[in-house]
Amino acid sequence: MGLLAFIRKNRPAAAACGGKHRGILVFENTSEVIRSETLLKAAGFAVRVMGPPPEIRTGCDLVIEFPLVSELEITRTLESEAIFPLQVAAVSDGLLEPVSIFFTKDYGSYLMVQAANMKITVEKKSLRVVNISGGGCPDVPYLAAQMVGLCLDQTPQPRSIGHTLCGYALQLAWEEVKRQCSR
Amino acid sequence: MFAVVGTVPEADFPLLCGPAALSGGKLLLENRLVAINRGTPALLASAGKACEFLGSPYPTAYLAGDTGRGEGSRKIYARLEKNLGKSRYTSITFHYLQPDVDWHNRVLFALDNAVHRPVLIADAGFMYAAKMSGQAESYDLFTPDIGELAFLADPAAPHPFYTRGFIFHEPERAQELIEAAYAHHNAAKYLLVKGRKDIVASKSGILAAIEEPVVDSLEAIGGTGDIITGLAAVFTGHGKDPAEASRQAAAISRIAGELAAPDPGTQVGEIIEQIPAALSRFFARQDAGHT
Repeated sequence: MGLLAFIRKNRPAAAACGGKHRGILVFENTSEVIRSETLLKAAGFAVRVMGPPPEIRTGCDLVIEFPLVSELEITRTLESEAIFPLQVAAVSDGLLEPVSIFFTKDYGSYLMVQAANMKITVEKKSLRVVNISGGGCPDVPYLAAQMVGLCLDQTPQPRSIGHTLCGYALQLAWEEVKRQCSR
Repeated sequence: MFAVVGTVPEADFPLLCGPAALSGGKLLLENRLVAINRGTPALLASAGKACEFLGSPYPTAYLAGDTGRGEGSRKIYARLEKNLGKSRYTSITFHYLQPDVDWHNRVLFALDNAVHRPVLIADAGFMYAAKMSGQAESYDLFTPDIGELAFLADPAAPHPFYTRGFIFHEPERAQELIEAAYAHHNAAKYLLVKGRKDIVASKSGILAAIEEPVVDSLEAIGGTGDIITGLAAVFTGHGKDPAEASRQAAAISRIAGELAAPDPGTQVGEIIEQIPAALSRFFARQDAGHT
């Protein structure tokens, strides 16, 4: 790992994204946001997925918040993968925090974890996903069709096949239920 | 004749419009069979079961394939914009559609100019778009769960993902959230809040609470909310007012859940199979004056 990459990887996200010197990357669709977040995090950038400011909301949006100082490097990284944000803007306030807490319900033989509006339920003994519920975007039934019946370590990651905020919430729930089941 | 609008989780499923029948445990639409595991097909299957029981025609379905990219939803929106002005549906239920405020407004505009104004029900993604558009009050019924109710109550939230402060939906706060949703003009004329306790409400407050039977596992089972909305679609389609349709839909869906004796691994199709028995039990109780 090079020195710059090391520094980026060890920079606290809150410090890098906090304060006044923040920017947002706006994309055409949520799929691009999810792809970009994966790419930028893998490259060591301290980025966060957030809700957009009111003036650019269309109803099912995510933006990526990033430290403005890294703008050039970040856009270059995205362009190298043929990802071109619609807009890069500085922000001072108005971003909405996505969900960061989880609700867990223990049914004895089954464990349900909820993140925002999405729930995932697994059978504890087999770690098989038995149900996915909640949500309202059209990738929810698709994600359920792809994941229900498979073990947690065999399912696709929701972020890899989902396209919407509901898909993103399911990713969080999936990560949390995996974490709880691995304890 | 009532209509249901939504999507199928298959990328290559074409835009189809016609009566959605039931055949061999699947949905049959224009010679295509569709699995009813979840989403709009589960809603349509629930409605179909009820229609068979009541001896009425199956609902008209507008369905297209959409896996979350929005292509199928946009095809449906375009069809609705073109056709709804001439339609004579008694009710239209909008379901799993990509939330898109611009397309939502075009569809609503077409309905505003329609020769006949149907009862309008919005659930799932279309309800999100209806709230975001600022035109929630144009609808007769929203069917949120308690988390989605929190989203309706929060004027700044563009999606339930961002709902602030009440994300884990203390059910005892339902009344407060209902009041906030109406205060911010983000609720339909009636709300059917789906949850451990189902609540029917309007601007004047809570009209009915349906609490029995309690089946703990239902919360984990994907598609149980689609059953309730499907039954509400049938009853409003048959002319019941949205409040009474909601009350009956919630009660019957709970009975179907109990009859299926589910655990958290049960699939929604097993509950849908119990709808005729649940209807029979509900109406028998009603005739005996017990509902």
